[in-house]
Amino acid sequence: MSIFALTLAYLRDRKLATLLNILLLTLGVATLVLLRIFASQLESRLDRDAQGIDLVVGAKGSPMQLILSGVFHIDAPTGNIPLETLDLLRRQPTVGQAIPLALGDNFRGFRIVGTEAGYLDLYGAELADGRLFDRPMEAVIGSAVAAGTHAALGQRFTGSHGLGEGGHSHEDTPFTVVGRLKPTGTVVDRLILTPVESVWNVHGIHHEEHEDGHEHAPSAEETHGHHHDHDHDHEARPAPAAMDSGRQAELKPEVTAILVRYRSALGAVQLPGFINRQTDLQAAVPAVELARILSLVGIGLDTMRVLALLQMLTAALSIFVALYGSLQKRQGDMALLRVIGASRGQVFGQVLLEGLLLAAAGAILGLLLGHAVVGVAAAIFPELRELGVSALHFDPAELLILLGALGLGLLAALIPALQVYRTDIARTLAEVQ
Amino acid sequence: MALQDEPLLELKAVHHAIGGRTIVEIEHWALRPGEHALLLGPSGSGKTSLINIVCGLVAPTGGEVRVAGERMTGVSALEKDDLRRRRIGLVFQTLRLVSALTVRQNLLLAQTIGRRLRDEADVDRLIGRVGLSHRAHGRPRELSQGEGQRAAIARALVARPALVIADEPTSALDDANTGRMLDLLFDSAAATGATLLVATHDERVRGRFAHRLELAARA
Ligand SMILES: Nc1ncnc2c1ncn2[C@@H]1O[C@H](COP(=O)(O)OP(=O)(O)OP(=O)(O)O)[C@@H](O)[C@H]1O
Ligand SMILES: [Mg+2]
Repeated sequence: MSIFALTLAYLRDRKLATLLNILLLTLGVATLVLLRIFASQLESRLDRDAQGIDLVVGAKGSPMQLILSGVFHIDAPTGNIPLETLDLLRRQPTVGQAIPLALGDNFRGFRIVGTEAGYLDLYGAELADGRLFDRPMEAVIGSAVAAGTHAALGQRFTGSHGLGEGGHSHEDTPFTVVGRLKPTGTVVDRLILTPVESVWNVHGIHHEEHEDGHEHAPSAEETHGHHHDHDHDHEARPAPAAMDSGRQAELKPEVTAILVRYRSALGAVQLPGFINRQTDLQAAVPAVELARILSLVGIGLDTMRVLALLQMLTAALSIFVALYGSLQKRQGDMALLRVIGASRGQVFGQVLLEGLLLAAAGAILGLLLGHAVVGVAAAIFPELRELGVSALHFDPAELLILLGALGLGLLAALIPALQVYRTDIARTLAEVQ
Repeated sequence: MALQDEPLLELKAVHHAIGGRTIVEIEHWALRPGEHALLLGPSGSGKTSLINIVCGLVAPTGGEVRVAGERMTGVSALEKDDLRRRRIGLVFQTLRLVSALTVRQNLLLAQTIGRRLRDEADVDRLIGRVGLSHRAHGRPRELSQGEGQRAAIARALVARPALVIADEPTSALDDANTGRMLDLLFDSAAATGATLLVATHDERVRGRFAHRLELAARA
């Protein structure tokens, strides 16, 4: 029988209060852990999605919207810009790489993105099977698309107009799956990638093999070759394309956004101003918009964090009340321990240990509960799995939460423990006798 | 043997006053090993106060207390705690056991703290000696008055103290139980080699002790 076992006996002796103390702390810790896991996974996911993209060029409008639609593939695009913009950008000496994106359609909620092979390299995406698209109407699908649609290689599908589910489908211009990607933990997992020309085809935009300026993208060159051979029979149809809202009379090839990587740091100085001076264009910096997004999300998270912290304080207070009340009844016990030969330090430590054990139980259970909730949430919502949210991932900040909870437990026990430390045993004995 | 001759308890010019009023005043008194003694005096004569001083729970305003040759006065609180832990077992009339633990657990705890070792067989033997084997796993509040007293004696002896001090162990008991209580104290002390110092104003126990320290009533 040790002081430790005695402490457990006291905790067991007031079961209800002990359970309540632990429960309160568990809930507070679980909430903090949950918030931390979601916030950090969301942040690192957004970081990964935006990494390597220095600038996004698109139609005038909200820069946030341009980034949301062009980088993270949420929200609607700001509009379209002429294809010539791509050549304009590629002619700039400060531009290292310019990748076009053409949006407008989806297949079962997964966005169809007309682009070039360079887009895959941006995210280090590798093929799980099949091959890369090399002509219009060939599609490479992300891992989440493959899992969500069960599309096999060679599978044909038609896109639906719009960026969400629903919308009329483009029955006469089916895509063929030629490749499937390995999971990347980025937005690519949710995308259907195809040459830009596919998107024009679907929306009946006549496009000819245009002049050079594609030195940077050999695959695009190749695409154009094939396009020349096989796809010339597509004539302009007046399709109600998102690609070209309003100006149906004359449909020109357009793109939705262009992702830019600078060749040199000078690009950051010159390019955004240059783009924004063009009447129909705007340039948005992902890093800037991401910081804004995170600060907006952060306000919500902070509010919840404050509530969770309040809950932990409540838990600490309940530990204090329980311990204080229990010690009022245990004065005789404490005097007896001293009479047996326990030192002041030992009885002080015994009370601290009681607070610490409560806190440790609450902290560990809270940690487990937090991860269990993450696990259940990830099992229910595939979006979370895509985000890379996993119950088995431990964040270093959780250690801090753990230490914080233990600290609160110690703090709650400190005043009662000090009181025990200072007790005059002779007086207690006289009162108890 | 020199050690044998050394008093187990020695009081030298011990004086204690609270608020200018003298409560304890003893010129010299010594208790040798094996000399079970009675601390006798009417209510208010300072018996409990003297016990607190001997145990190091109260520092006297003057004088010196030695337990088994070691000073209990004029040393640090930690040293007092340590000396008490090693040498003294205390039996109170009402304060007996830690409430959250069973009788057996109480004895194991007292053994761990007092003797810094774990000897379950010894604990069980002691429980058997005081006749509580059937109540070993009972909680303190479930014990009868007599059972509680016996448990308190076992708890005081489990750390094998050289000096066992009991404050009013019999004042609440009837004649028969007082006799049994004293038998138990003497038997247990004999078994563990402890020396008894029993404080009481109970004249019934006077005849059982050869040695005594009488405190006068204070006006
Ligand atoms: N902390 C204290 N403050 C003031 N007076 C005290 C204190 N402790 C004891 N006394 C006084 O000292 C005197 C001796 O008290 P003590 O408890 O030692 O007597 P006692 O012999 O044990 O009496 P009893 O037989 O009734 O237990 C009493 O007059 C008591 O009022
Ligand atoms: Mg008394």
